Amino acid sequence: MAGQGEALTSSSYIQHHLTNLTWSVDGGWNAHDAGFWTFHVDSLLVAVGLGVLFLWLFRSVAKHSTVGVPGKLQCFIEMVIDFVDENVKDTFHGKNALIAPLALTIFVWVFLMNLMDLVPVDLLPHAAQTIGVPYLKVVPTTDLNVTLGMSLSVFALIIYYTVKVKGFGGFVKELTMQPFNHWAFIPVNFLLESVTLLAKPVSLGLRLFGNLYAGELIFILIALLGYWQLPLYFPWAVFHILIIVLQAFIFMMLTIVYLSMAHEDH
Amino acid sequence: MNINATLIGQAIAFAIFVWFCMKYVWPPLLDAIEARQKKIADGLTQAERAGKDLELAQAKATDKLKQAKAQAAEIIDQANKRRTQIVEEAKNEAETERSKIIAQGEAEVEAERNRAREELRQQVAVLAIAGAEKIIKRTIDKEANSDIIDKLVAEL
Repeated sequence: MAGQGEALTSSSYIQHHLTNLTWSVDGGWNAHDAGFWTFHVDSLLVAVGLGVLFLWLFRSVAKHSTVGVPGKLQCFIEMVIDFVDENVKDTFHGKNALIAPLALTIFVWVFLMNLMDLVPVDLLPHAAQTIGVPYLKVVPTTDLNVTLGMSLSVFALIIYYTVKVKGFGGFVKELTMQPFNHWAFIPVNFLLESVTLLAKPVSLGLRLFGNLYAGELIFILIALLGYWQLPLYFPWAVFHILIIVLQAFIFMMLTIVYLSMAHEDH
Repeated sequence: MNINATLIGQAIAFAIFVWFCMKYVWPPLLDAIEARQKKIADGLTQAERAGKDLELAQAKATDKLKQAKAQAAEIIDQANKRRTQIVEEAKNEAETERSKIIAQGEAEVEAERNRAREELRQQVAVLAIAGAEKIIKRTIDKEANSDIIDKLVAEL
């Protein structure tokens, strides 16, 4: 699975697996150092595809949902909805029509994107290569842009709701008058609080990325082992089932917690 | 791995998905769940009430049954009493009737006897007179002794 003309070595194999299919405004397909206006086409396509799959599935159930005895699929969907709703209600006590659907979207979408990790590492890239696509990274959450894109959106919501609920003055006050409530400590407070604030999106995005990237890397390393990958692949995949659900849950939970913190006075 | 415009694309997709979910997915599903919860809660309360109603109805039925039994016993009692009364009355009536009939019979017998006796007496008187006539025919005047004969007849 090495690039055209290269010898198949371990490092080139890994390198190939970690390379996105890119398209940039300046350089076109797979240009080197193409600058900021580059899109990871594979990440975006898989992510959007999975998001559409999620919304299509839930929407089709919602359209035919019945108050009477639900079908098996509706039961399953309602279990997910109820699970998310319970978590939101436990953590967030205000009234906000956005947070629960946001949490549901994050949970299911991130879970589906993580789930791509369980597809055997060579299956889709190899299939893509036979139809002429040189690179394909199938797990969107192993792309830092994807996880940061989501966490920065959550960050924007945090700031929006903080300003909306407490006013701009309240937002500034939160940054400058805590934890030491004295004017002399304003620079110290600001330093501490801005780090706290900025750490939220960064940690949110990096946590998901780190977990999935590491997991994907280990799948690739296992795939390098030849026949020995067979006994090793299975336990790591089983272990990974736990990780992908857990990371989706953590991303959802932290989003709810951050947004409820934005709504409440300390 | 570098930060690039993928981030913006992902953020836009994220925003659209959340909006769609908020608009078209979450409300109908949650509404369905909540409506069903309400339905089930209503059903449970109704079942509870129905159980209570049943209990009440059963108690009422038992009560009615008891009442009916008591009434039946009373009626039977009354009927028994009435029967005894009727029998007693009939007996009494029969008794009086009997004594009346007996008395009548006795009176009839008495009258018959009296009549027979009277007849007998007259016949005996005639017989005695005839006898006496026959005896005395030859000697004694009939008229001279008739007062004695009358006296004899009266004594009979």
